[in-house]
Amino acid sequence: MTDISAKAVSQPGSSGSLLLTLMKARTFIALIAVILFFSLAVPSFLSTANLILMSKHVALNAFLAMGMTFVIITGGIDLSVGSIVGLCAMVAGFLVLNGIDLQIGYTVYFNVPEIIVITLIVGMLIGAINGLLITKLNVAPFIATLGTLYVARGAALLSSDGRTFPNLVGNPALGNTGFGYLGAGRILGLPVSVWLLIVVALAAAYLARYTPLGRHIFAVGGNERAARISGVRVNLVKMFVYMFSGFCAAIVGLIIASELMASHPATGESFELNAIAAAVLGGTSMSGGRGTIGGTIVGAFVIGILSDGLVMMGVSSFWQMVIKGLVIIVAVVVDQAQRKLQQRVTLMQMAKAG
Amino acid sequence: MSAADVILKLEDVTKVYSGTVAVKRASFEVRRGAVNVLVGENGAGKSTLMKIIAGVEKPTSGRILLEGKEVSFSSSGDAVAKGIGMVFQEMNLFGNLTVAENIFATREITNALGKIDHAAQQRKAAGFLDRLRAGIRADMMVEDLMIGQQQLVEIAKAVSLDARILIMDEPTSALSAAEVEILFKVIEDLKAQGVAIVYISHRLEELIRIGDYITVLRDGHITGQEEVRNVDTQWIVRQMIGSDAKDFAKADDHALGEEVFRTEEISLPRATGGLAVDHVSLSLRKGEILGIYGLMGAGRSELFDCIMGRHGESTGKIFLEGQEVRQRDVTGRIRRGLALIPEDRQREGLVTILSVATNLTMSSLSRFARLFHISGKAEREAVSDMVRELSIKVADPAQEVSSLSGGNQQKVVIGKALLTRPKVLLMDEPSRGIDVGAKADVFRTMRKLSRDGLGILFATSDLDEVMALSDRIAVMSNGKLTGLFDRAEATEAAIVAASAMGHGPVAELGRGDPR
Repeated sequence: MTDISAKAVSQPGSSGSLLLTLMKARTFIALIAVILFFSLAVPSFLSTANLILMSKHVALNAFLAMGMTFVIITGGIDLSVGSIVGLCAMVAGFLVLNGIDLQIGYTVYFNVPEIIVITLIVGMLIGAINGLLITKLNVAPFIATLGTLYVARGAALLSSDGRTFPNLVGNPALGNTGFGYLGAGRILGLPVSVWLLIVVALAAAYLARYTPLGRHIFAVGGNERAARISGVRVNLVKMFVYMFSGFCAAIVGLIIASELMASHPATGESFELNAIAAAVLGGTSMSGGRGTIGGTIVGAFVIGILSDGLVMMGVSSFWQMVIKGLVIIVAVVVDQAQRKLQQRVTLMQMAKAG
Repeated sequence: MSAADVILKLEDVTKVYSGTVAVKRASFEVRRGAVNVLVGENGAGKSTLMKIIAGVEKPTSGRILLEGKEVSFSSSGDAVAKGIGMVFQEMNLFGNLTVAENIFATREITNALGKIDHAAQQRKAAGFLDRLRAGIRADMMVEDLMIGQQQLVEIAKAVSLDARILIMDEPTSALSAAEVEILFKVIEDLKAQGVAIVYISHRLEELIRIGDYITVLRDGHITGQEEVRNVDTQWIVRQMIGSDAKDFAKADDHALGEEVFRTEEISLPRATGGLAVDHVSLSLRKGEILGIYGLMGAGRSELFDCIMGRHGESTGKIFLEGQEVRQRDVTGRIRRGLALIPEDRQREGLVTILSVATNLTMSSLSRFARLFHISGKAEREAVSDMVRELSIKVADPAQEVSSLSGGNQQKVVIGKALLTRPKVLLMDEPSRGIDVGAKADVFRTMRKLSRDGLGILFATSDLDEVMALSDRIAVMSNGKLTGLFDRAEATEAAIVAASAMGHGPVAELGRGDPR
């Protein structure tokens, strides 16, 4: 059998393998294609200002898509991220404007780093609720996160009676100014949110490749039973991925509130769908066990550039939706074709040698 | 034996499933008016070959010639249309329909408006059933029939197809002696009508009696083709197992150490009432191989599951090196030094879409991680050591584990368990579904591990295996431990008797078919 597998590895020249390589690189090819297309179609597309603006847009979806990728790799889904974005934006806004009234005549105001930490914790807590529902109460991930989608959105609306928290500049006297830095700040010419994305993406990619937890995420998605029998603490792994997804959503909530300097309770509606789309476009398999952070980031860029580029070309938003949908469907069709082809190539090689 | 007798011919047929080559370059002829017998051990590829003839599976390469013309079946319906019928080993009947409805399923007799003509169906079905003389009425519900009768219905259904070629995959496995006689009469009738019969069975005496031509398969290869009148059972066995088969590594009579593992009164309630594991107490010494023999449903796998902590509701105590194991979950017990090689490799042993290396180190990642960083070097070394030690045949450990053969996949599962550095290894049917060479490797590994002081509990339903490998043999039946023998004093008769204890014939039937 050794020689069979050796052949499979050492014959990249055959036509099947070339096609396979092309298919594997499909997301990257798609990215290059959209960039080329729009730089020809829209004159100002490659200007620095536009690139920075687009990367800020892409970053928001990319954060959510990373969290979603881990969830999908374990074989789950997280529909609640859009609502967590909204709720976390409201939490941050509320804390800047009102602080926490201790009911004994004092109100505690937090400074901006504290507000950020609290908001991130809120995001992770909602993720933890998702995780507990799924692991302890055996609710299907789709249903559990659909439930939290409504609950979190409702809570966001209740927090302000549906109104916007405006003007989050803070008060120098209370020491809570500077909230706008997340959304408007620049380091070495790049927006803070993009730097944040780079840091979180590198950390997530490292986690996936080089830590036991990362391995376990893939094992759980590939075969939950086998993982459990191998000693993987499946429930802890699932708790982690939903909490990480909540964490990513909280970051997005903070960035949006900071960019607008206002918190609106409807923030993040339907973001979960964009996140799923980016993950799938990046090669994450909805049946679990397969996916990469790098692929997902590329997927997020394809979707982001596509929608921004179409806006700049003046394509109607109705057509944009149609095009986005088609791109996703094509991506999945190609993905399936690749799997089939790969399987056939291996089987034929085994048959030839066997 | 003129060429005109050959109705169907397979030429150089190969069938590959992901990970295993089931049939390799097989050439096989089916003759008219004769019983063409196909024989081989479990996993030799008989059923696959039959499924290819019946159009259920498509060959990966090779040709099928029907009456000299090349054909390819797009589906089993296509094969039926060309006159090939099949009696499946696993029954394909609808329990909620009547016998007549089953016989005419997918080719119902209808009137002009498309309404099923039940009366006509029952009349015709009764005709076929009469030939079987088994007291089955056409209007009975299939689920009300006994297993043997259901098998006869399956046969009636195949006969009703008016097939030119009729494939029977272990048709007698569920039949009583009287029913077998009926079946043989039916086969004689069919032969006289010129039907070509392909007959698969494990019962050699049966084959000698009814067969005309015999083909022996081993590991997907055809190893012998003869007329039955020229052969005897010894010849068949020789072709079936070959010279290298049943290569149990020799016992080396190393000294056993002190007790390493003990279970006390392990019990597991069954969902349907009663106990799946019934107060089992065992002890195992260092370097000892304790074989647990039992029939299907005897509770062997369940016992292992209890020991590994997979069932929270199990009771009883387990001790490792004299200390009670208090960890309740699998992870904790693996850390304490227990490791399980599960029976079902695909569902429980491996994450098939991940690589060989990832699977190997899945249970022992903490060994290669400093804080939270996996040291790639340490992991790679451990993987290549294990690949060498178990002679896992893989070009690159980064390959997906599903591309390996069954035997090599099993070695990966064993390697994964060994990398946790266990003190006690539980092996559930470690040789199931793997080829002869890999079996020998697995047995040799077991011997070597026991020589190195590992305690091994292994469960099997193969009598030869348990006799050849074990230092002591425990027998389970109906969840209870019904016998414990030293190798010296163990006889096949005593073991078989112990494994049948507490089995009424009815109970056995019920357990044989978990659905």
